[in-house]
Amino acid sequence: MTDLLEPRAIGRDLARRDGVAKVRGTATYAFETPVEHPAYAHPVQATVARGRVTAVDTSAAEALDGVLVVLTPSTAERLASTDDAELAVLQTDEVGFRGQLVGVVVAETSELARQAADLVRVAYEERQHDSVLSVDRDDLYAPEQVNAGHETDTAEGDVGAAMASAAVALERTYSTAMYHNNPLEPHATTALWDPAAEVPLTLWDSTQGVHPDRATVCRVLGLEERQVRVVCPYIGGGFGSKGTPHANVVLAAMAARALPGRPVKLALTRQQMFSLAGYRTPTIQQVQLAADRSGRLSAIAIDVVEQTSRIKEFAEQTGVPTRMMYASPNRRTTHRLAALDVPVPSWMRAPGECPGMFGPEVALDELADELGLDPVDLRIRNEPEVDPETGKPWSSRHLVECLREGAQRFGWADRPAPRHRDGAWLVGTGVASSVYPTMRQATSTARIRYADGRYVAEIGAADLGTGTWTTLPQVAADALGVDVDDVEVRIGDTEYPIASVAGGSSGLNTWGSALVVAAREFRGKFGRRPEDGDEATGDVDQAAQDEDHAAYAFGAQFVEARVHADTGEVRVPRLLGVFACGRIVNPRTARSQFVGGMTMGLSMALHENSVWDPQVGQVANHDLAEYHVTVNADVGDVQAHWLDEHDPYVNAMGSKGIGEIGIVGTAAAVVNAVHRATGVRVRDLPVTLDKLLTGLD
Amino acid sequence: MKPFAYARPGSVAEAVRDVAAEPAAVFLAGGTNLVDHLKLGVARPDLVVDVRTLTSREISDLPDGGLRLGAASTNSEVAADRRVRERYPVLAEALLAGATGQLRNTATTGGNPLQRTRCVYFQDVTTACNKRDPGSGCSAVGGYTRHHAVLGVPAALPDPTAPETCTATHPSDMAVALAALDAQVQVLGPAGERTIPFADLHRLPGDDPSRDTVLEHGELITALDLPPLPAGARSAYRKVRDRASYAFALVSVAAVVTADGPGSSTVRIALGGVAHKPWRATRAEQVLRGGPLTEDAVRAAMAAELAAAQPQPGIDGGNGFKIPLLTRTVVATLRELVEATR
Amino acid sequence: MDAEITLTVDGAARTLTVDTRTTLLDALRERLGVTSPKKGCDHGQCGACTVLLDGDRALPCLALAVAHDGAEITTADGLAADGELHPVQQAFIDRDAFQCGYCTPGQVCSAVGVLAEVDRGWPSHATEDLTADPQLTHDEVAERMSGNLCRCGAYVNIVPAVQQAGGVQA
Repeated sequence: MTDLLEPRAIGRDLARRDGVAKVRGTATYAFETPVEHPAYAHPVQATVARGRVTAVDTSAAEALDGVLVVLTPSTAERLASTDDAELAVLQTDEVGFRGQLVGVVVAETSELARQAADLVRVAYEERQHDSVLSVDRDDLYAPEQVNAGHETDTAEGDVGAAMASAAVALERTYSTAMYHNNPLEPHATTALWDPAAEVPLTLWDSTQGVHPDRATVCRVLGLEERQVRVVCPYIGGGFGSKGTPHANVVLAAMAARALPGRPVKLALTRQQMFSLAGYRTPTIQQVQLAADRSGRLSAIAIDVVEQTSRIKEFAEQTGVPTRMMYASPNRRTTHRLAALDVPVPSWMRAPGECPGMFGPEVALDELADELGLDPVDLRIRNEPEVDPETGKPWSSRHLVECLREGAQRFGWADRPAPRHRDGAWLVGTGVASSVYPTMRQATSTARIRYADGRYVAEIGAADLGTGTWTTLPQVAADALGVDVDDVEVRIGDTEYPIASVAGGSSGLNTWGSALVVAAREFRGKFGRRPEDGDEATGDVDQAAQDEDHAAYAFGAQFVEARVHADTGEVRVPRLLGVFACGRIVNPRTARSQFVGGMTMGLSMALHENSVWDPQVGQVANHDLAEYHVTVNADVGDVQAHWLDEHDPYVNAMGSKGIGEIGIVGTAAAVVNAVHRATGVRVRDLPVTLDKLLTGLD
Repeated sequence: MKPFAYARPGSVAEAVRDVAAEPAAVFLAGGTNLVDHLKLGVARPDLVVDVRTLTSREISDLPDGGLRLGAASTNSEVAADRRVRERYPVLAEALLAGATGQLRNTATTGGNPLQRTRCVYFQDVTTACNKRDPGSGCSAVGGYTRHHAVLGVPAALPDPTAPETCTATHPSDMAVALAALDAQVQVLGPAGERTIPFADLHRLPGDDPSRDTVLEHGELITALDLPPLPAGARSAYRKVRDRASYAFALVSVAAVVTADGPGSSTVRIALGGVAHKPWRATRAEQVLRGGPLTEDAVRAAMAAELAAAQPQPGIDGGNGFKIPLLTRTVVATLRELVEATR
Repeated sequence: MDAEITLTVDGAARTLTVDTRTTLLDALRERLGVTSPKKGCDHGQCGACTVLLDGDRALPCLALAVAHDGAEITTADGLAADGELHPVQQAFIDRDAFQCGYCTPGQVCSAVGVLAEVDRGWPSHATEDLTADPQLTHDEVAERMSGNLCRCGAYVNIVPAVQQAGGVQA
């Protein structure tokens, strides 16, 4: 048990501290860092999907007046570590995917850099590439583990036997598309290499974690951490793609090192982001459910096939939520990968849970249909007493309450009959559950100093738009027992104490815990009447950590979908979610997190699809005109509510993390609603109108 | 982007002369498509001649009761013009269904119909494309065909290596409405002025997919004339797309219906998102001429129109869905227009 | 090829030398250090760079700077030039109509443009009766603001913020 902070600032509806800077546009993002006399870098990318660079002719580029540096695989510095093939930039002639970096040009202006990059002539020995994901491939393999250290496969009981003997057995294949994070701020870095300076390398980088970013850059470049500073006060969205540094960061550092004393700015173009900034793998999910007539599950299984890049493995943990979500004596989850000539997949908002709650949550809806049960009731009937995966009790689990409250708020009981028609529109409603594990990272330190009558807390944390600038002061204020206005928090700089990545919805849980320890240390040392300059630090590993409970946030999402009876166009006028995520630190920023996740889930359901072209070997629709993300007109009434959940086990704030759960389950709820409206079950995302036409009159 | 010279001459005539004299010269108006293409390397001019402030921005009444839209009038201004909204709703609706407020404030009457295809391969200079790089082949065959043509293409899977192969579509919404309105294009060129019926402005790929229109080098659109519609005519534009806004059409329909008498009407139909040019559905119009606009009649007319359609197989199922979708969208659009005329 | 141009940016006249290739957006961001307009796509596909160009909302990423010699540009920063936030900006803070903040200056400029366009009686795709004056309904605002992508998903707060700034109780 953890002693929960007495909430005074926590729970208050405070406006964002960075609000004025953001509405004026004066908040400074990485590329915009004011520096003296910057140079501009533009990458050169491979135009074959597999092969070898045989020659690079840089003469035309170098002949341009104003071109400062051209780096190629044969002229670039040798990196200290090439273990991570994604980050082994310009270290080899081998081309592992189309769009891979094969050079960079630095010039006096961005126009020149781009022109010169176009003039770099690269010759290739092209080889046959292989980039088609399929369950029928004979080279699928089981990775040693999947993302976040989860086991690749799990099994309990005998799913096959349960399927054979069940009253109802359902076996379906679902697929999710390839998705690109596409934060609005492109991946960008301003880099300065000044060998004579005390800290020779400074990276103003758009990153979800300045310290992890620095650690990786140091490893790759062979530098000591004291030689590198990473700064990122504001980040224009990341959703995971800026959680680990990608090749562009290394390239920016290399470009700067080739031009000592001169700051170099490098921003990926939107098009380049489709091959260099990570993405969510497409998944194929074979789901099995067995149940008795009352809807009680006797088996649940998911066998996942997904892709990774041949040059580097990333295994999305898609099957993981099926291990703990519902009760069933017989269970199986497996992950198999195809290693293809494709860009390197990576984190995208709720890796694992987001795609992994698509297939099973649609399958439950199909099962409810077969059984003639209400899909809300079906879920409630399979509520597990303890965590089915570990056998541990829950720290708190209020999925049933979320379903019930959501149903009540949404008006679920009055849901229209199947294929209900309202004018030109067919109307249906659907539901799905949400889940996300409650995590806390092992490393983070906060420093609290008293200065000029105020408390200044420093930690290298990140605000991706999550509200960290605003919420950490609330935690610190309650930990110190002072007014929130008397607390200033500084984040986003490796000059501050080490902080974990803003990922896994663990930011506030981790950094807040460190702040609470620091505040305790501070009060222990200096009491209630500190003097200027008094200072204390606290590490997250000194905070109480519960190992005896399974900790997850839960939620339920309800959707009203409308499908045009003539054209099949889909509209979602209503999305309603109820979440149980422990204590909410700031209802204003929290609501935005939930609603934002649900909106991204809607986007996944209806629009997003990185169309892989196996002929060319790249994403065909690699820009924001053709890779559709939801626009304002697609969004109607989106409501997020939460239960007043008290969890004494998770951390001193009682918070569970809210950044990712909003995107989990939304797409399934949309599919389920569209099925109710049209009778068409779309098992392959996105739900586009062409998939519905056959079901319309 | 390669370097280019920029010129803003003193008159339209001078601008035409400047472009005509330089083979690698282009006109610049709003720039929403040209600047895009300069960055992508799709357009590589040596000289950019700015006509944005040279051509007329006026929207004026014509003696025959029609309207003249000056080439520099913006898409926003035309869509907001009271006369357009009242007399040519199909045009206002088409304009408002296209792009976004910001883009419509910049894009012009002269430029919009000349925007080029959004075919993803055309826009990516690292892939083969006969339109951008004649003779290089067509990457779209068997590829990402969702936004590609089903009409005016010779086969379901044309030869990707043939220099004439191109399945791109024309992306403009405005142009579809103009095709249905029988607009006239006023052009100034090195050889003087000429008027081109809008339906003849755009061309099919034929043996030269690099050419979108019949305009010769140096010819500039100075205005578009809208002839008056018959009394009692109703018109509408219906766009079907993958997002509720800010997306190019999968299919679109511009329709003008005039009741000739009881149980008889004249219909004009133009289709967007399905061909290399705004597609005037003349066969369907013929079938429907003089008859009642029942849903069965419209379906039969569309069956005639689409008899030669060639769905393009490709990724994610190709674009065969456009064929039933076109019929359904035309049926729905005409149904609403007929109900409105009752 | 270089050209000298003068722009009035947020009320101040600025003379600068640009490459004929330089977009208005890069002129602002890279030559003048005016970074309130953001670059999200550089191709008119996201709206993050939206400014008021000679009074109307427009995308400087698709404008050549040299073609806009003499232009008057107002950025989101310039909307609060006297230190007082524009009502749209205040409404965005009140409604938490942003998260990461990167699309926000463009959203703000776009919203200012939308309010002016509605005042002028300009219709939109969401306008039911083209011959009537449009109102600041949810659907009208959502359609008109659809040229500004927000990846954080703040749309549901942006619409009431624009309505609030337009004097409509939402």
